[in-house]
Amino acid sequence: MASRRINQDLPVIARFEVCHRSYLAPDGSIQRPLPAFASDAKLLTALYRAMVFLRLFDRKAVALQRTGRLGTYAVSLGQEAVSVGIASAMREEDVLLPSYRDNGALIWRGVRPEEILLFWGGDERGNQFSGPAHDFPFCVPVGSQAPHAAGVAYALKLRKQARVAVCLFGDGATSKGDVYEAMNFAGVHKLPLVFVVANNQWAISVPLRLQTACETLAQKAIAAGFTGERVDGSDVVAMHAAAEAAIAAARDGKGPHLIEAVTYRLGDHTTSDDASRYRSADDVQAHWKEEPIARLRNYLVAQKMWSKVDEEQLAAECHERVDAAADVYLATAPRRPETMFDHLYADLPEAYAAQRRELAGEHDA
Amino acid sequence: MPEATLVEAINLALARAMEDDPDVVVLGEDVGVNGGVFRATAGLQKRFGPERVLDTPLAELLISGLCVGMAAQGLKPVGEIQFMGFIYPCLDQLVNHASRLRNRTQGRLTCPMVLRTPHGAGIRAPEHHSESTEAMLAHIPGLRVVMPSSPERAYGLLLAAISDADPVVFLEPTRLYRAAKGEVEDNGEPLPLDRAFVLRQGRDLTLVSWGAMVKEAMAAADALSADGIAAEVIDLATLKPYDERTILNSVAKTGRCVIVHEAARTGGFGAEIAATIAERGLSSLLAPVIRVTGYDTVIPMARLEQYYMPSVERIVTAARKTCQFS
Repeated sequence: MASRRINQDLPVIARFEVCHRSYLAPDGSIQRPLPAFASDAKLLTALYRAMVFLRLFDRKAVALQRTGRLGTYAVSLGQEAVSVGIASAMREEDVLLPSYRDNGALIWRGVRPEEILLFWGGDERGNQFSGPAHDFPFCVPVGSQAPHAAGVAYALKLRKQARVAVCLFGDGATSKGDVYEAMNFAGVHKLPLVFVVANNQWAISVPLRLQTACETLAQKAIAAGFTGERVDGSDVVAMHAAAEAAIAAARDGKGPHLIEAVTYRLGDHTTSDDASRYRSADDVQAHWKEEPIARLRNYLVAQKMWSKVDEEQLAAECHERVDAAADVYLATAPRRPETMFDHLYADLPEAYAAQRRELAGEHDA
Repeated sequence: MPEATLVEAINLALARAMEDDPDVVVLGEDVGVNGGVFRATAGLQKRFGPERVLDTPLAELLISGLCVGMAAQGLKPVGEIQFMGFIYPCLDQLVNHASRLRNRTQGRLTCPMVLRTPHGAGIRAPEHHSESTEAMLAHIPGLRVVMPSSPERAYGLLLAAISDADPVVFLEPTRLYRAAKGEVEDNGEPLPLDRAFVLRQGRDLTLVSWGAMVKEAMAAADALSADGIAAEVIDLATLKPYDERTILNSVAKTGRCVIVHEAARTGGFGAEIAATIAERGLSSLLAPVIRVTGYDTVIPMARLEQYYMPSVERIVTAARKTCQFS
């Protein structure tokens, strides 16, 4: 990477570094000494199971959308390791502030798949989910959850709680002031906050090179006064290790950290998008060689942590769970129309109570 | 009872709320050591510490977004935006998040925050310091919009806003910060957020206003009484949700209504009130409802601002016109 100096005669007063973290090569072979947890078959297979489930769940959701039974949906195809790797390093009491592509994180934290379908099926009750009650719901306005994360982390620090806020967003979000303002504040107050950029190379059709001139997104943390690192976002071992270290440091009062997870969105932006309009099939095909699930499977098989029988059992289990979730979702009747007023305010003001009665078909005297 | 200016009443209410509830946090630009550019937060940092009275970086979007995050964790943040002209970066947070966090999560997460900002013209301030764009905020479902016009109401309404379970935008009439003085008892008593205040009884005409313009409306009522016209003056105080009942009751009695606001006319909150009277009070009207408002121009800078703001004369002229209508 280029080192830039405006004038060779002037002294250098500060230098900054960005490190890169990866353990498993795209073929699953070991590139670098693994973290200790990589020999924990229970954890590694749990990560694997979560990623496989997510991929099958996504497939089901798209099928539901294509048959008119679900609204617009955002798949995680190719970047499953990001949300699973991060969520698996969090504690229940930590606070998740996800983007709209973090189904994997929500499911890991206890949100039921049918609740996610309910949300994308157009029902707010999907956000009244079974995950931790303090977690934020999906955030659709890109990056606008980052200031919330800073507010949450400030509250945790103010109350001297050993809890950490974790905020996920995509590469496009790093172009927004929201994200920078939140990072800047987190730096000032050394907040217990971990920012995670899922750099999947595309903000719908806009490629990363039109998003930023920076060599890395990780270096954006440097401007905010804390550390950032680049991680192979298709290596779930690297994602889990990075998250574990960052969350532990944040919990320990060492302040925020930014993880740039470099990955690739193998699918369309959402079911409303057609990525063939702006990128070539060859480009996408090349990235299939890096995807996280086959990578981890190759490693697990080589370590004798995983067998063909396990794979078949998992596939059957996942299909069963996914189908069951879809059944619950499809069987959930819509709310009564007037309930759209029920969570507008703690107590509905009389001015709007009349509108509620109108919608409910009740007539004022 | 001790006398206080409007800004001193704000300060008293903030101190009282912070004293009574450790979850109340004050944040904004210059609110700490400096005590705010209008001194609304004077002395608070010294008393409650820099963790609860927090000077933020110069980033308004951040201030509003921090409030959402803090509130979702159960704090009661009171954010200050230095002037209303700087509130616009907060709109994304107010519209997309603060006002709907409760609804989006069906009550799982809530947003008990207050965003305070000075409102209106008339202090010869620089460009972008004289906004009165309250109608924009009053259009947002899930929000409350409150604007006091006296020290006593500033105190009680701010306490109510801070203890409310939902987000409140609290607009403070800049022109009255020091000009308005009155007796304020620091008794921790909130005022209701769903009620307009009838400041003066009258049988001939209803004058509805809010914020700094209440002062002109009261002066106009004095001038009209010399002509034998008894004007009823209503301070709306809370714009969202607003107290239709008090206005309709008054118009039912007087049959005539003049609405006065500093904001530009088109799409201003006066239109909402006029529409409500037309829908639900038409039979009691003896004359068309008249609006006396700022013009549909950009709010001029200091040299022309007095020509923009509704004057007592314009209100009196409109009131006479409505009384002469037959």
